[in-house]
Amino acid sequence: MPEPPPIQQLSADEIAEIEHEAAAYPTRQPLGLEALRIVQQYRGWVSDGALQALAHYLKVPVAELDSLATYYQLIFRQPVGREVMLLCNSASCWVMGCSRVQKHIRQQLNIGPGETTADGIFTLLETPCLGDCDKAPVMMVGTEMHRQLDSEKIDALIRALRERHHSED
Amino acid sequence: MRIDTSLRTPLTKNIRAGTSGAVPLDDYRKNGGYRGLQKALTMPPRDISKLVQDAGLRGRGGAGFNTGLKWSFVPSQEDYSGQRYLVCNADEMEPGAFKDRYLLERDPHLLLEGMAIAARAIGATRAYIFLRGEYPLAAERLRSAIAEAESASLLGPGVFGGKFSLQVHLHRSAGNYICGEETALLNALEGKRAIPRAKPPFPQVSGLWGCPTVVNNVETLCNLPHLLMLGAEWYRSLGRGKNAGSKLFGVSGRVKTPGLWELPMGTPIREIVEQCGGGMQPGYQLRGLLPGGGSTDFLGPQHLDLAMDYDVIGKAGSRMGTGTILVLDDKTCPVGLVLNLQRFFARESCGWCTPCRDGLPWVVDILERIEQGHGKKQDLDLLQELAHRMGPGKTFCALAPGAAEPLESSLNLFLADYVAHIEQGSCPYAQNTAPLMETI
Ligand SMILES: Cc1cc2nc3c(=O)[nH]c(=O)nc-3n(C[C@H](O)[C@H](O)[C@H](O)COP(=O)(O)O)c2cc1C
Ligand code: SF4
Repeated sequence: MPEPPPIQQLSADEIAEIEHEAAAYPTRQPLGLEALRIVQQYRGWVSDGALQALAHYLKVPVAELDSLATYYQLIFRQPVGREVMLLCNSASCWVMGCSRVQKHIRQQLNIGPGETTADGIFTLLETPCLGDCDKAPVMMVGTEMHRQLDSEKIDALIRALRERHHSED
Repeated sequence: MRIDTSLRTPLTKNIRAGTSGAVPLDDYRKNGGYRGLQKALTMPPRDISKLVQDAGLRGRGGAGFNTGLKWSFVPSQEDYSGQRYLVCNADEMEPGAFKDRYLLERDPHLLLEGMAIAARAIGATRAYIFLRGEYPLAAERLRSAIAEAESASLLGPGVFGGKFSLQVHLHRSAGNYICGEETALLNALEGKRAIPRAKPPFPQVSGLWGCPTVVNNVETLCNLPHLLMLGAEWYRSLGRGKNAGSKLFGVSGRVKTPGLWELPMGTPIREIVEQCGGGMQPGYQLRGLLPGGGSTDFLGPQHLDLAMDYDVIGKAGSRMGTGTILVLDDKTCPVGLVLNLQRFFARESCGWCTPCRDGLPWVVDILERIEQGHGKKQDLDLLQELAHRMGPGKTFCALAPGAAEPLESSLNLFLADYVAHIEQGSCPYAQNTAPLMETI
């Protein structure tokens, strides 16, 4: 059964970036993940509409593309905050007290893993080992690593990010 | 310029202390960079494999398979004239492993040169770097290093103006431990769900898009430039025991100065933990350690004088794995640590095989009960049995056997702790740690 035409469209920029990646592969199938990442970069997350538009563009079934999207932890199929905090919860960070860091974030922002603050700024996610174990506990926000975390560092980080977003609004 | 054969730290020699950037191409070349590749281009490919095999370089991804031998399974040019691929496994996500990130971020040209040498040896003209999604800085630096190397004719069409060509592409993954397993990685690169493939056929014969493919770890490939330049004998002389070469060793946990160092293969654990790592922090004692990441068996204080090499650690009942040591101290609950590891493996299982898909959540469930003080004596037998069912040869890939290693060894080394949880009806370490993290 043919799939219905998509409601959303991809932008020219999104398409250009996807096609730029196409040169790296002998077939078009590997473009799925690249395309999901590109769309997410522009839109913050991959909505049903965006997924459908992408599947239509790549000429693959929506379900197949969704099976990829849901397989990867860094492809978001739900809206996330503007700052996604990836808190490492693996062995070295656990030994060095990431549970305390998590508790502190819960106290300051009232969110647990998988939750977003009401103002839409912060999402907290747990992530496996970030490969920075000698500086544990660590967290990645955007492309920045935050190391040897304690309550003061978390407070300062939250303050800085909040100010940045409030001044942008 | 001649490279001094007294060199002991080929992996990190270009990285200057006190800096944080990547080694620029100019500096890299001034230090003898891309000479190893130049040498390789004068050799018949088969001789490169032979040299690497004789040098005794073993895969640094964790399994320790002889690299030259692995390459030799790729069909020869006479037998097969089609496309071949080289893939660099940069999906580092093993709990407690933090070595590949360092090489990727600090000396990307060392990796690119190593890849070109490996590609030349196996006859590949296309290569991918499979990079985990959480390493954006490495992605940026690799991308500019690839562009730099291409514009200097060190990669791309006509390397050094000759016939050899190599296209290197960066593939960024998006967070998935199983993608690091080499056949799952190939499926992921092809754009499929990253589920491991049945072996045989091995990737060297039928890998990416059915073509002969070699998958090598970042650190493995970084060994090649100097090995080519300085030879097998020099390379073997770097090791202190039977295993050849130098190795990145690291320590994390409650030691005074956690970190990462390039040391001779075969350096005793005690030296790494006590001299490099500075020993335990005041008030903490060493209870045990994971020698090479979360999927290796625990060792105890009685093992501190063992040499870190594949054979010695293997004989002691564990694996050297990634060589990044995680120290367990006496204030941290061993059951809590094992629970943390099993939660990781349960979540990262691809779900293909029953012992892994169903066994791991069951293990997590039991460990949670024990940790919360609701465990029963029979639970320990059940854990033993589940660990056994996840053991080698019962699943498609090594994730489940890897998960069984810390579990099974903890039941031996820390049995008294398990029993104390059950008899006392609570965690004896509860005042020190908050073992049960919130989780989705
Ligand atoms: C679950 C799982 C995850 C793995 N993750 C990695 C990884 O992140 N990096 C890596 O180099 N090898 C990883 N490996 C090992 C690879 O399958 C493979 O052995 C290795 O990349 C081969 O390279 P080498 O011979 O140079 O060591 C993993 C294995 C398993 C079973
Ligand atoms: S052992 Fe686990 S991760 Fe590996 S193939 Fe089986 S189910 Fe998947």
